[in-house]
Amino acid sequence: MSPSAEAPTATAGRPAAASGDVLLEVRHLVKHFTVGGGFFGGPAGLVRAVDDVSFAIKRGETLGLVGESGCGKTTTGRCILQLERPTSGQVIFEGRDLSGLDLTELRPVRRRMQVIFQDPYSSLNPRMTVGQILAEPIAVHGIIPSARGRRERVRELLQRVGLLPQHAERYPHQLSGGQRQRVGIARALAVEPKLIICDEPVSALDVSIQAQIINLLEDLQAELGLTYLFIAHDLAVVRHISDRVAVMYLGKIVEVADRVELYERPLHPYTQALLAAVPIPDPEVEASRARHVLGGEVPSPLNPPSGCVFHPRCPIAVEKCRGEIPPLREITPGHWAACLLA
Amino acid sequence: MAILLDVRNLQTHFSTRGGVVRAVDGVSWDVQEGETVALVGESGCGKSVTALSIMRLVAPPAGRIIGGQVLFKGRDLLALSEEEMRHVRGREIGMVFQEPMTSLNPVLTIGRQLTEGLEIHLGMSSAEARKRAEELLGLVGIPDGARRLRQYPHQFSGGMRQRMMVAMALACNPSLVLADEPTTALDVTIQAQILELMKDLSRRLGVAMLIITHNLGVVARYADRVNVMYAGRIIERGTARDIYHSPRHPYTLGLLRSVPRLDEPRRARLAPIEGQPPDLTRLPAGCAFAPRCAFRVERCAHEVPPLGPIGEPGHVSACWEAARLEREYEPVR
Repeated sequence: MSPSAEAPTATAGRPAAASGDVLLEVRHLVKHFTVGGGFFGGPAGLVRAVDDVSFAIKRGETLGLVGESGCGKTTTGRCILQLERPTSGQVIFEGRDLSGLDLTELRPVRRRMQVIFQDPYSSLNPRMTVGQILAEPIAVHGIIPSARGRRERVRELLQRVGLLPQHAERYPHQLSGGQRQRVGIARALAVEPKLIICDEPVSALDVSIQAQIINLLEDLQAELGLTYLFIAHDLAVVRHISDRVAVMYLGKIVEVADRVELYERPLHPYTQALLAAVPIPDPEVEASRARHVLGGEVPSPLNPPSGCVFHPRCPIAVEKCRGEIPPLREITPGHWAACLLA
Repeated sequence: MAILLDVRNLQTHFSTRGGVVRAVDGVSWDVQEGETVALVGESGCGKSVTALSIMRLVAPPAGRIIGGQVLFKGRDLLALSEEEMRHVRGREIGMVFQEPMTSLNPVLTIGRQLTEGLEIHLGMSSAEARKRAEELLGLVGIPDGARRLRQYPHQFSGGMRQRMMVAMALACNPSLVLADEPTTALDVTIQAQILELMKDLSRRLGVAMLIITHNLGVVARYADRVNVMYAGRIIERGTARDIYHSPRHPYTLGLLRSVPRLDEPRRARLAPIEGQPPDLTRLPAGCAFAPRCAFRVERCAHEVPPLGPIGEPGHVSACWEAARLEREYEPVR
């Protein structure tokens, strides 16, 4: 790592939150999966899904985590929630390292850390009414002991996410996609969390509904002081909702910066390529945009390229990019990039 | 330019337990030779059913084409025998679907899947078909064709599989390629590759394209004309410029306004379209968009607005208040 590029708020070689009170810090997180080596006889392989990822989120902040499928963004989220136990590294939430905790110790932590999934349909029990779905976590965590109190709380939650009291009697299949995602959000809020991991919360929704849900998430953040890790592949949505943005490629963070900085001055060639590939809904803007289509495809995380993992697709790669792994360096204050040429 | 495909008053209904769904409710549009036309709308608007209806792939008994004409090079496809229709599919109209893995046969090699159509439709010998298949892979940017033809779909990445689908669609030199959400399942950098490829091939080979998508951004660069669908009907049509710069239907305007754009300063708040998508078994008597519309007037509740001309020639909108949209709203940009 490069000590010379350290900002006062950053720990050695790790981009920390801009300032203020850190709620979550991920340090050198690694998650490997073994695959194969079984029935079909191939040698076992190691998928480096998350490969030395570090970042921090301060209270009330939204950190966007973007990247293409298979880049490790969802696995990172699952490791933070301890739904996957990290291979190594630390997940420090409210000052406490979660990686060593057992299930009983994790339970109170999970109340403070919730998740919203991409597809609310597959994450809601089809045999339970919306009311039951929302009351369950309140009962399980012993937040409100009386059934009557819970019903009252369910009403309040429904109202908070823009649903009506009568929605409590409905089953998930009786709701539209947008309404189901509102239920998913209400369920996360039921246990009064501090941090919500939003894993592609709008990508399964129709365009006209996406903006409703994004506005709702922003309102809830302002009202309840929530902190979000917003995982998504849509760069325009991420810019809209995030305070800072981290870009992942093949298990690594290749760039982190403040929202404005990242979109106006992207330093990593991968971030630049991603931004150039986003279609703009305007034929004239599109016609005047030079199209630098990134060649090739994301390599297999089973056998990542040597040196900089992006070098085989990188338009500016030079010889040293093949051999040297670029550290995530702070190039300008608060703007980190893992590129030897940045 | 001559009209290649002329869809007239097409109606496709589905019987469900909840009642009859008028998935495609009297739509008319056309594609000229060599032109790229987009059919844009959200889930359930009828865009995919329109495509399936053109290919006569709507599954009976639940789904039925109950009216209209699909004139392809002047012949009504809805009047053809099943045998004649088989000749149209793949031979005269190529198809590309959203999820290539489900449209490719996992137990046949790439080569077999490419050569089958060539042998059946064009009567090629297996050696000829093999040679042409190799050329086709080259055409869609898959190098090392001879080796690739011996592989199976699972050995291809998502982007490669979609290239392969494009190769299959173009195999028999069709005059129209129908692409249903061709890039939706792909990552953004791969999306750009596939769209550039399709547009380039369409230009070079003079093939017309019908691109069906929910993403207005995707087609801005590629479509000559755009049809916007809502609840089984076309509610606006125009050149790409008309649609993106001077939308004259509140739904189109709403779609354009609700998405954040990277080329514009970040807005403090997004402007969503309020309400929920319509239940197709219980459509309102008047305009289907009226319950969500900021421009609605009394009349919208009981009278369905017809598609009528507004602005530039060829620009049509199905809105009673289209003229007010023109007066009250500046172009989106």
